[in-house]
Amino acid sequence: MNFTIPDLYPASAEIFVLIMACVVLLVDLVAGKSRRWMAYFLTQLTLIGAFAITLFTMDGRTVLTFANGFIDDTFSDILKLVLYFSVAVVLIYGRSYMAERRLENGEFYLLVLFATLGMMVLISASHFLTLYLGLELMSLSLYAMVAINRDSAVCTEAAMKYFVLGALASGLLLYGISMIYGATGTLELPGVRQALYFNSANSKVLVFGLVFVVAGLAFKLGVVPFHMWIPDVYQGAPTAVTLFIGSAPKLAAFAMAIRLLVMGLFELAEQWQTMLMLLAVLSIALGNLAAIAQSNLKRMLAYSAISHMGFMLLGVLSGVVAGDPRYAVPAYSSAMFYAVSYVLMSLGAFGMILLLSRAGFEAENLEDFKGLNKRSPWFAFVMMILMFSMAGIPFFVGFFAKFAVLQAVVAAGHIWLAVFAVVLSLVGAFYYLRVVKLMYFDPPADTTPIRAPFDMRLLLSANGLAVALLGAMPQAILDYCAYAFIGGR
Amino acid sequence: MDFKTFVFYFLSAILLFAAVRVITARNPVHAVLYLVLSFFTAGGLWLLLHAEFLAIMLVLVYIGAVMVLFLFVVMMLDINLERLRQGFWSNLWVGLPVAVLMVAEMALVLTGRYFGAEALPTPPPQPADYSNTKELGRIIYTDYVYPFELASVILLVAIIAAVALTLRRRKDTKYTDPSKQIAVKRNERVRMVSMPAEKE
Repeated sequence: MNFTIPDLYPASAEIFVLIMACVVLLVDLVAGKSRRWMAYFLTQLTLIGAFAITLFTMDGRTVLTFANGFIDDTFSDILKLVLYFSVAVVLIYGRSYMAERRLENGEFYLLVLFATLGMMVLISASHFLTLYLGLELMSLSLYAMVAINRDSAVCTEAAMKYFVLGALASGLLLYGISMIYGATGTLELPGVRQALYFNSANSKVLVFGLVFVVAGLAFKLGVVPFHMWIPDVYQGAPTAVTLFIGSAPKLAAFAMAIRLLVMGLFELAEQWQTMLMLLAVLSIALGNLAAIAQSNLKRMLAYSAISHMGFMLLGVLSGVVAGDPRYAVPAYSSAMFYAVSYVLMSLGAFGMILLLSRAGFEAENLEDFKGLNKRSPWFAFVMMILMFSMAGIPFFVGFFAKFAVLQAVVAAGHIWLAVFAVVLSLVGAFYYLRVVKLMYFDPPADTTPIRAPFDMRLLLSANGLAVALLGAMPQAILDYCAYAFIGGR
Repeated sequence: MDFKTFVFYFLSAILLFAAVRVITARNPVHAVLYLVLSFFTAGGLWLLLHAEFLAIMLVLVYIGAVMVLFLFVVMMLDINLERLRQGFWSNLWVGLPVAVLMVAEMALVLTGRYFGAEALPTPPPQPADYSNTKELGRIIYTDYVYPFELASVILLVAIIAAVALTLRRRKDTKYTDPSKQIAVKRNERVRMVSMPAEKE
C-alpha cells in the first residue's frame, strides 16, 4: 500500500496551463468588461510559458508517469510546441473579429485554454482513460465555443449537431475500448501492445473493438463517412472559432490516431490499415468533388479539410507492409509533416477570411474575394500562396507534404492508391485556383479598405511567407518529424 | 439453481421489463419512474457482484439526485408526445431490420467463446473485512489521481460553458442593489421646490 508521489516534472506544462487557466478565470472575474485585454494577455502569456516549459524539459527521453497514464516523449513534445504556436496564432487572428461582434469575453479565452489543455492531455496519453478524458475536455470546450454566439440560430444549430454527433462518436470509441479491454485485460496502451504481441487468441473480439475505435477516431478526424458535421460546424461557427477548430484539433486527432493505432494496436496494423484505406479513399474523393460545388468559402475549406485529412491518413496506413514495420517511421513522419503543414495553411486561409471581415460583415463567400488584387495586392499574393500550397502546386510546403505522403504510399506498394490521390488532387486544384482567378481577374465587388490590427497583418504575412519558404527546406521538417518517432522509441 | 442464481434471474427479469417500459410508456413521468426501477435493480445486480460501494452510489447519486432532477424537468416541460411519436411506425420498417441485422452480426462475432464463464474466471473470494469503498478510494487517489483530476477539470469546463451559454443579464429586471440603497443621500430623495401659493 505504499504510495509514492508521481513524478510531476514531465507534466509540468500541463500543470502550468491548468493553474494559469484558473488564474485567468479569477482575473477576468475581477477585471470586468473594461479590462478584457487582461484575459487575452494572460492567455497569450500562458501559451508562451507552456512553450518555454516544454522546450526546456524536452530531453529526448521517454518518461511514463502517473501510474503509466501520461507519457512524455519527443513525439508529444514536438506536437505540443506546434500546438501552442497554432493556438497563439488563432488568438491573434481572432481577437478583433470576436471584439467587433461583442463575443470577446473571458469565457472565450478560458475555453480556448481548456481545449488546449485537453489537446495536451490527448497528445500525452498512454492510457485509454486519459486519452478519453483528454478528448472529452477538448470536445466539451469546442462545443461551447461553437455555440458562443448564442443569439444566432445558425450557430446554435451547428453546436447542437456537433454535440450530438460528438457524443455518439465518444460512445462508439468507449464501446470499442471496452472490447479491447475485455480481450487484453489492460487499459495501458503499451500494455495492450504487449498483450497483443504475446497472444492473439482473442483476435475476433479485438477486431470487433477495433472497428468501433476506428469509427470514433474517424469522426474526430472528420473523414468520410463520419464527416457530416464538418461543413455545418465550419460554416455555422463564428469564423474565429472555425479557425480554431480547423487547426489545433487536427493535430490532436492525429496524435490520437498515432497513440491508439500505433502505440496500442500496432499488432493489428493489417486490419486497421485496410479500414483506414477505405476512409482515406472516400474522403479524398468526396472532399475534393463536393468542394467544387460550394460558393461559401468556409464550406469549401471544410470539404477541403475532409480531403486533406483523408490524404494524411494515407501516410498513417502505409507503415506496415505484409507484417514488416520497416517503413513505419518514414510513413508516420510523412503523415505528421502533412498534419503540421495543413495546420499552417489552414491558419492562413481562415486568417484571410478574418482579415476581410469587419463588424457586421462576413467575408465568407467566394464573391467577397473578387478583385482582392486591386484592393490589396500584398494580401492577394499571400492568399495566392496559401491556395497554391493547399492545391499542392510546387514548390510550396503543401506540395512537399503531399509528395512525402505519396512516397510512403508508393513504398508500401499501393501504386493505385497514389495514382488515385494524385488524380483527385488535380480535380481539387480547380477550386483552389478558382479563388486565385477571382482575386486577380475579376473586378472588385466591394471596395471598402481593409482594416486590421498591425499584429494580425504582420503575422498573416509571416504565415503566408512561411508556407512559401518552408517549401525550400522540406527535408529539415521531415527530419524533425522522423526524430519525433525515432526519439519516441 | 441455488438462491444466488435465482436472485440474479429475478432481478434481471425486472430490469429488462423496466427498461422496455421506459421506452414504451405513454406517460413521460411513468417512463422516468420505470428508469428509477431499472437503476434500482441494476444496483441489486451490482450487490451480487460484491460491488457494494458502486451499488450504493448508483442508488444515492442516480436515483437520489439525477433522477429526481429528471422527474422535475419532465414535469415542468410540456412534452408533446403525439409529435414525438409521429412517423414511428413508418420509420420502424426501416429501422427494425437494420437493428436486428446489427444485433445478429454482433451476436455472431461475440458468441460465448470469448466472453463466456471460462474466459473470465471467478475472482478469488475476499475476506469478510474487505472494504470495497476503501479500495476504490485508495486507487482513485493514488494510481488514478491524474484521470481523477482531469475529470474535475471537465466538470469545471461544463460549469463555465453552462454559465457562458445561459447567463443573461436582463435589462428589464427591477432588482434592488442594497449598497446603493444604503448610500443614498437625503437630497437625492427629497427635492425642495419653492413655488408661490396658489388658490384652488
